[in-house]
Amino acid sequence: MRPLARGGDFWSGLALAALGAYIVAQARGWDYTTPDGPGPGFFPMWYGSLMVALALALVVRSALARTEHAKVRWHEVGRAVACWGAFAGAIALMNVVGFTVGFALLTWFLVAVMARRPQREAIVVAVAGAALFYGVFAWLLELSLPKGFLF
Amino acid sequence: MDILAGLMQGFQVATTPTALGMCMLGVVLGTVIGVLPGLGPPATIAMLLPLTMKLEPTGAMIMLAGIYYGAKYGGSTTSILLNVPGESSSVVTCIDGYQMARKGRAGPALGMAAIASFIAGTFGVVALMLIAPMLARVSLAFSSPEYFALMVMGLAMVVLLAGNSLVKALLAMLVGLWVSGIGTDLFTATSRFTFGTVQLLGGVDFVVVAIGLFALGEVLGNMEPADPPKMLPVPKGLRNLLPTWQDMKRCRFAFVNGSVIGFLIGVLPGAGATIASFISYGIEKAVSRHPEEFGHGAIEGVAAPEGSNNAETGGALVPLLTLGIPGSSTTAILLAALILWGFKPGPLFIQDSPQLFWGLVASMYIGNVVLLILNLPLVAVFAQLLRVPAHILNPLILGVSVVGVYASGSSMFQLGLLALFGLVGYLMRKLDYPCAPMVLGLVLGDPMERALRQSLMMSQGSLAILLRPIPLTLLVVAAALLAVPLFRKSNALRVQMLDREEA
Repeated sequence: MRPLARGGDFWSGLALAALGAYIVAQARGWDYTTPDGPGPGFFPMWYGSLMVALALALVVRSALARTEHAKVRWHEVGRAVACWGAFAGAIALMNVVGFTVGFALLTWFLVAVMARRPQREAIVVAVAGAALFYGVFAWLLELSLPKGFLF
Repeated sequence: MDILAGLMQGFQVATTPTALGMCMLGVVLGTVIGVLPGLGPPATIAMLLPLTMKLEPTGAMIMLAGIYYGAKYGGSTTSILLNVPGESSSVVTCIDGYQMARKGRAGPALGMAAIASFIAGTFGVVALMLIAPMLARVSLAFSSPEYFALMVMGLAMVVLLAGNSLVKALLAMLVGLWVSGIGTDLFTATSRFTFGTVQLLGGVDFVVVAIGLFALGEVLGNMEPADPPKMLPVPKGLRNLLPTWQDMKRCRFAFVNGSVIGFLIGVLPGAGATIASFISYGIEKAVSRHPEEFGHGAIEGVAAPEGSNNAETGGALVPLLTLGIPGSSTTAILLAALILWGFKPGPLFIQDSPQLFWGLVASMYIGNVVLLILNLPLVAVFAQLLRVPAHILNPLILGVSVVGVYASGSSMFQLGLLALFGLVGYLMRKLDYPCAPMVLGLVLGDPMERALRQSLMMSQGSLAILLRPIPLTLLVVAAALLAVPLFRKSNALRVQMLDREEA
């Protein structure tokens, strides 16, 4: 996996500066010190402030850098994001159809769509994988798997 | 005498059928994930951790530790046959191991990797057994200020050696501290960063973050297309795997170098097996009578790094078990496992849980022997794992991740967090932010805040309590470590080492 360079530093720096500012803002609402010693706002105030300072340093350094930004390979990023979307979607779906069906659908997507394998292979892998997980974890190890309101 | 008695007790624990079975399972799993590029010990241990909650803790710890050191044995197979490291600690083995394989000496390279791993791995366990009880006795004198300073130094070391950019490593560590702060403050019962949700009042489960960052992040990274490398053939028959007497003679110093350097680097937080293997390789080349052969298939170039990355395991367990301070992502997950099972790693750990400590030590002796057997005659079998296609492996990793997280809390909210941290893990890889400082920040955040607040309560708010000799020394060392990048020459050395690690 090729890392993104300068452009990524700039935007991630901004995002982390915003997170740091949020931490500081929240920490200001809690006691910095109490009669017994440091309060709940003490530690977050320090690391939040440090986060803002470091993130802004990253933003400034990235903005001032003269080197060209590495070209983003959107196709690569798109594949990873599609996989993540399928995973997040499968988890949402597990609320409805339970683990076994949700996992089978996710596996089918990864094999048929992402890996571009033949449909027959994708279906076999999906069904076998779901059955394997049910057999090993639910039946053999007696672990509870996510349940949906349908299954 | 105490040590001998402890070791005897340990062997009684480790030779029970259950413990032996767990040890075998751990080292086999470790070898498998070591052979497979793209799936490392932190991801595997994090995924399996929730599933071990039903198991007896000693057996479970023996298994998880088996995965940890077993992966280092397996990692060399991929380095030698594919020129792709199965583990980051096997990167340097590619240099001479692959060259040996190209010259038709894959067998002796694989054999030497297994033998050096066995010798140094066993040395690491002996040193762990001798040094851990001594360090535990010394650290009994530690109180909150010393612990706070020790954790700061550990984090500084991890940050220094975690990535090319110190700023990014520090930011990753701060995000880890923030995530550890989510939930209810134990001192004042104040809710912090819970976004008004009840589910976050108890904090963010470490397992969810670790599985998201490592397992899910790894799968998402694997989605990017890459040309599959071609594997060189594995020689058949044990005779073809054994190095010659001449090879063994050439590697005498490499065994000592790898063992000692690996263990010492392991004790230091943050440095880890990869750094240990580079340093021992560098030393080996520097003292060799044939430095020109390095990079072209010198067998010492396989023995030294493979030895050191295995001796590092014993070293890394010393601060973990005696101080409760992990030095890497994997040991951070092992620390979380011990805490989840109700143990308190620290100065009293050996005294309070002798069965677990000595059982683990004894199991590591057994595990190293099993790994030698697995990685000599059976190396061809494990090499076949490299033929498992990614489109079969990736769904399995995702499935085990979901089951693992759900088993730890039976909550769909946790699965949502898993998806979120998976995306964070992918973005961190993509944006070149190291994951190790974040995981260590997450594990150490809570105890570090507690230690700092307790220290300041003891001193009624005066920071002078941190100026006691031990905390002051540790804090000065931490500051010096973080100042390294300010000095052009030392930073160039640091970046050069990390660049080679990434290459």
